[in-house]
Amino acid sequence: MNAAAIYAVEGVLLVSITSDITDTDIIDLQEALSKRIADTECRGVVVDISALEIVDTFVGRVLAQLTSVARLLDAETYVVGMRPAVAMTLVELGMYLPENHTALTLSHALDKMRQSGLVDGLRRG
Amino acid sequence: MPDKILETTLEVLKEDAEGILAAWIEQADEDGAKRIDLFSEKEERDQAASLLRSFRLGVRDASKEGEFDLQDESWADLRGILAEITHERVERGVLPGEMAALILALKTPLFERVTEKLEKDPERLIEEVLLVSKAIDAFAIYSNEVFIAEREQVIERQRDEMMELSTPVVELWDKVLTLPLIGTLDSLRAQEVMESLLQAIVERQAEVVIVDITGVKTVDTQVAQHLLRTAAAVRLMGARCIISGISPKIAQTMVELGVDVGEVRTRSSLRSALMDALTSVGVAIRPIDDDKRSGK
Repeated sequence: MNAAAIYAVEGVLLVSITSDITDTDIIDLQEALSKRIADTECRGVVVDISALEIVDTFVGRVLAQLTSVARLLDAETYVVGMRPAVAMTLVELGMYLPENHTALTLSHALDKMRQSGLVDGLRRG
Repeated sequence: MPDKILETTLEVLKEDAEGILAAWIEQADEDGAKRIDLFSEKEERDQAASLLRSFRLGVRDASKEGEFDLQDESWADLRGILAEITHERVERGVLPGEMAALILALKTPLFERVTEKLEKDPERLIEEVLLVSKAIDAFAIYSNEVFIAEREQVIERQRDEMMELSTPVVELWDKVLTLPLIGTLDSLRAQEVMESLLQAIVERQAEVVIVDITGVKTVDTQVAQHLLRTAAAVRLMGARCIISGISPKIAQTMVELGVDVGEVRTRSSLRSALMDALTSVGVAIRPIDDDKRSGK
């Protein structure tokens, strides 16, 4: 089973990361996601990490990388559902993820994207 | 050589317990270790008597030749009583120095009597006095240790209580939380503050949190660092953090210290922070018509 599935929801790509994700899974995910963004020409990505209980610098870096890759493909990334313990750990590690947008939940992220016009103007051209 | 150490001391303690007790209390009074304002004559006497009694039992059981070890089994009784009395004295506000002086005052009456007994045997006298002196010193130190441990417990408890009192996260409006910080912000408290704030964000689904530092006395680089880290964690959770209550003086200090708040919003008063927060969740405070005002 794939540890991280990509779904198209309301014109954005939703990536749900499970708690048992491995480092190789994350790299696969990065590749699959960048392909999907290019294929669908979507402009919003939501990474749901509410199942993630443990983070290390690697996960933090990959989250930042996902965002940078998505941005190069003209899509903004929202990280949603971060647990308090995860947030504290990332701050502790000095990873403030400045490139990422953040939101409490998926619906908050969708709201914010609608406000900034990312969802409505989803498919270019 | 006697077959038992401290033999004469034990003899003296058996023969003239009452006399020693009276002389001890008198001596303690002279040394300024008596607190008639805190303890009645009778209490003072009862405490001294029970100490002396268990001291005698300890001397009787102590069998190690020339050695003195307070952790030894034979002194267990004395340790217990000493701890108990010290505990009571801490509660009433006796100073550690006074407690030590009280115990050390036991030397004088004891030595006087031992000297009388062993006048003809100076060698044994010195040996005996040395040992008793050692023992009593150890009690004084032990009681001091108990004293400090007691004090530390009190401090620990008060800190815990303060910690609980000092991190109230308040819901100002739907999706708007505030955390008024008061006093000093050390690492431990900063951690506590961050934990309860992040937890509250999840529970109340808050979008904006206002950290109000009006009540924070001083902001140094460390405090600023804690605040910014809290703000960063709040952002990672998907909420916005506004730091309010930055006085002109604190603003100047922060600039002088080279603290860069980055993208964190800061406001001088809770009032303007609240306006800002309400605006971002789509709520406004408006004056209402006179006739709708109640309580008029």
